[in-house]
Amino acid sequence: MVSTVVGAPVERREGLEKVTGSARYAAEHAPPRRVWAWPVPATVARGTVTAVDTAAAMEQPGVLTVLTHRNAPRLAEPDDATLAVLQNPRVPHRGWFVALVVAETLEDARAGAAAVQVSYEPEEHDVSLTMTHPGAYVPEEANGGYPAATEQGDPERAFASSAVQVDADYRVPPLHNHPMEPHASTAQWDGDRLLVHTSSQGSTAVQTVLAGLFRLPEDGVTVVAEHVGGGFGSKGTPRPDVVLAAMAARQTGRPVTLALPRRHMPAVVGHRAPTLHRVRLGAEPDGRLTSLIHEVTTHTSRIKEFTEQAAVPARTMYAAAHLRTVHRVAPLDVPSPSWMRAPGEAPGMYALESAMDELACALGMDPVELRIVNEPETEPHSGKPFSSRHLVECLREGARRFDWAHRAPRTAGPLRIGTGVAAAMYPVLVQPSTASAGACPDGTFLVRINATDIGTGSRTVLAQIAADALGVPLERVRTEVGRSDLPSASLAGGSSGTASWGWAVHEACTRLTARLATHTGPLPPDGLDAHADTAGQADADSPWARHAFGAHFAEVAVDTVTGEVRARRLLGVFAAGHILNARTARSQFVGGMTMGLGMALTEGSTMDAAFGDFTQSDLASYHVPAHADVPDIEVHWIDEDDPHLNPMGSKGIGEIGIVGTAAAIGNAVHHATGTRYRELPLTPDRVRRGAGF
Amino acid sequence: MKAFDYVRATSVEEACAALAARPGARFLGGGTNLVDLMKLGVEQPVALVDVGRLPLDAVEELPDGSLRVGAMDRNSDLAAHPAVRDRYPALSQALLAGASGQLRNAATTGGNLLQRTRCPYFQDVSKPCNKRVPGSGCGARDGVHHDHAVLGTSDHCIATHPSDMAVALAALDAKVELYGPGGAREVAAAEFHRLPGDHPEQDTEIRPGELITGVVLPAATGGLPSLYRKARDRASYAFALASVAAMLQVTDGVVERAGIAFGALAHRPWRARVAEEALVGAAPTAAAFERAVDLELSAARPLRDNAYKVPLARSLALDVLTRLAEPART
Repeated sequence: MVSTVVGAPVERREGLEKVTGSARYAAEHAPPRRVWAWPVPATVARGTVTAVDTAAAMEQPGVLTVLTHRNAPRLAEPDDATLAVLQNPRVPHRGWFVALVVAETLEDARAGAAAVQVSYEPEEHDVSLTMTHPGAYVPEEANGGYPAATEQGDPERAFASSAVQVDADYRVPPLHNHPMEPHASTAQWDGDRLLVHTSSQGSTAVQTVLAGLFRLPEDGVTVVAEHVGGGFGSKGTPRPDVVLAAMAARQTGRPVTLALPRRHMPAVVGHRAPTLHRVRLGAEPDGRLTSLIHEVTTHTSRIKEFTEQAAVPARTMYAAAHLRTVHRVAPLDVPSPSWMRAPGEAPGMYALESAMDELACALGMDPVELRIVNEPETEPHSGKPFSSRHLVECLREGARRFDWAHRAPRTAGPLRIGTGVAAAMYPVLVQPSTASAGACPDGTFLVRINATDIGTGSRTVLAQIAADALGVPLERVRTEVGRSDLPSASLAGGSSGTASWGWAVHEACTRLTARLATHTGPLPPDGLDAHADTAGQADADSPWARHAFGAHFAEVAVDTVTGEVRARRLLGVFAAGHILNARTARSQFVGGMTMGLGMALTEGSTMDAAFGDFTQSDLASYHVPAHADVPDIEVHWIDEDDPHLNPMGSKGIGEIGIVGTAAAIGNAVHHATGTRYRELPLTPDRVRRGAGF
Repeated sequence: MKAFDYVRATSVEEACAALAARPGARFLGGGTNLVDLMKLGVEQPVALVDVGRLPLDAVEELPDGSLRVGAMDRNSDLAAHPAVRDRYPALSQALLAGASGQLRNAATTGGNLLQRTRCPYFQDVSKPCNKRVPGSGCGARDGVHHDHAVLGTSDHCIATHPSDMAVALAALDAKVELYGPGGAREVAAAEFHRLPGDHPEQDTEIRPGELITGVVLPAATGGLPSLYRKARDRASYAFALASVAAMLQVTDGVVERAGIAFGALAHRPWRARVAEEALVGAAPTAAAFERAVDLELSAARPLRDNAYKVPLARSLALDVLTRLAEPART
């Protein structure tokens, strides 16, 4: 009997390659005769390109061609309008690419791009979101396919007649994903066959999209995403870089690399849209909610409807008989928003969990107890039973470890110190995938699946799943991931990767085990293999409400001299099914909480009303936390035995860490200062203005 | 790409000659700001004269008790120098509050003084900026100016100087040593940077062809209690929202000498002469500090979104002055 390796803190298989620099990323694939491309962003917020003068650019040394809407290859119309690059002269927002320079070197391409003269017919633009924006409407669906509006009971009346009320507005600014590796693609054509190395969270999706755009059979396109330096949602589907690289390679007949400069990213890779929240909570004096109303207003671009689903968590969290959630979206002349780690949940739970803290204060009740008394028996919105829900256990375990019972705001010199709590949740998402498992004559096993390792350790955890399913030692299992010519699989997004891919891998390995059990004699030279496809299983409707839950506890110090807030302690407890790799899971939770810390204290982008772009366009001005901002982060989990998920019994863990962190920190700032802040991030100017010190 | 010549100078004279021979050339120190600006198209030098390896990295005690810092001394080395830590603690603190460890290892004393504003309009060649293109307008005045100046601005420019180090040098009465076509000269650190006025394209008093060769910290301020304090949006690698460097000499219960400079409030380190004058001769009390600082900051003219800087700078200054006065009171 082989001992189980699922759950063990196995080290990442590609760790050595990464820390020694031998792991190659998309822009580092250098086929012979490879050239470089550099885009030209629009400098008006709305309008039409009237002329592109490329003469000066073409005279620059090394410049091979300049693609514009006039000469670029025609693409089939994409489902995602942000990919219709250089197809027409419209400028939907500042930073939209209006030309692409291809040159022998990166520097030549950049200089060429600077020399391109673009003329515009500009139009009046509007990039300013307000809660009462006249252009805002309730869409049919919010992101994720959720209904944009839900209503149960009579929430307005129940709120009006409730004994204790909270009615508060919260604001979350635009946020940027800014993965460490910018979006990059290297494309090369061999006749009508296209090979692309790209930085993507899912190369099967890139393959499908490119085949459609360039009118090729899917097997005429190979997409490789071997190593990916993060994405946080911004690489979930193809972005313009890969389309432009393929266009430029086709036009020039040379392999082309396009690595987006950091400053171009905010305009073209998606961002977390700003959300304006109004939350109303009505409660009985004992804390039980009678009414919960969460209304969200957000923006989208003129070319794509993307509605950050920030009111959706309120449909699951608490038992309130009267419940209303609604999203409104205003199309503005802004870059297209998209997914960013826990889209919807991250900003939505900031608002809801801040409001719960306000309610606890209004009731004079412990905020942990307030959440516990509002624990629902079934999912409030759907009425479905929970497949597993251990929010109360997470709160209690976290409170015990954090010594919550002895919390009291205190003063230490100029510092005010306080603590806060917030709940976390993230839905269980899972998608069909295919995988193969092979037994080789040399005694090793090969698992093949087009999973993507965006830095989380997918190769490693899939090998663990396979080893257990095959009943063999981990060292005998090899995994191949990150190529579209492997069995197709879903993308690394929605915290669904491991569940989706692992399911297919488990199934393939189980079938292989069965084949091997009936096989006699030595294996044939090609070995034996088995294939699995989880379509129809993984995407089957579940009668269960399936979500991961968690609890965050934070201690902060507020400096009364500067208004600076620094986190002193963060502690998270999560209930997310079986944890499949204790080491990489911890990294995911810690990383999510760190990103939540940034959302709370340092990260925020400003839409420049006059120019229509994001002001913070580099990592010097867009403040992701530095090491000095990040305290010791403690992570624990409660192992759940949930038979309604997948063969591994796992829930996704990539995003829940960011959900609720900002509320816990904001609630701690209130505890420390007595001032309630309702706009993120909690920077010194805001804190000082609110607290009056 | 835009080609440029690269020349490595081996002496100050050679560096200045090389620059003079190539109109449109720039000196290159650590390159932590200039190279970024070249990538952005803000700077397009025809040549770089690399002064990074000139023998100007010494920190030496001069016979009169002052401390001379070579222009090529790296920020991290200067911050760690025992004489600086002991005698000019505000300078060491200011250096360590700046940038990141990696940048401090590369950045030079001279380059730190000559770094350009991080105003986003200055850094974006698709937008108007009078500092980058005189007469093109100011995008920040009616735009995003949360981080911009509240003191000494002009209609043409509201940029701030980003350096932390320069703020401490201004408060400590340091002098900047220059060498150029007209020979060697000195400028007070507090006067080295300019206010924008009608010529925001001129950051400093440096003359064409001049090279910063060093900075002199005077004996008179050596050993006096001094502090630097900075408020920022994250704990490291962030420019100041406001900062203050101060030194205070208290004798027999009376302020004998004060040097106060604010950072991130103006186009240059803002030497608070008004506050200093108000303090000298007074007892170092909370009331005296408040009165002096308020007098100084009454000149502030904040815009729509940067008014927070005034009370923040006040709070920083009062905290620092109070702490500097504490040993003298007891």
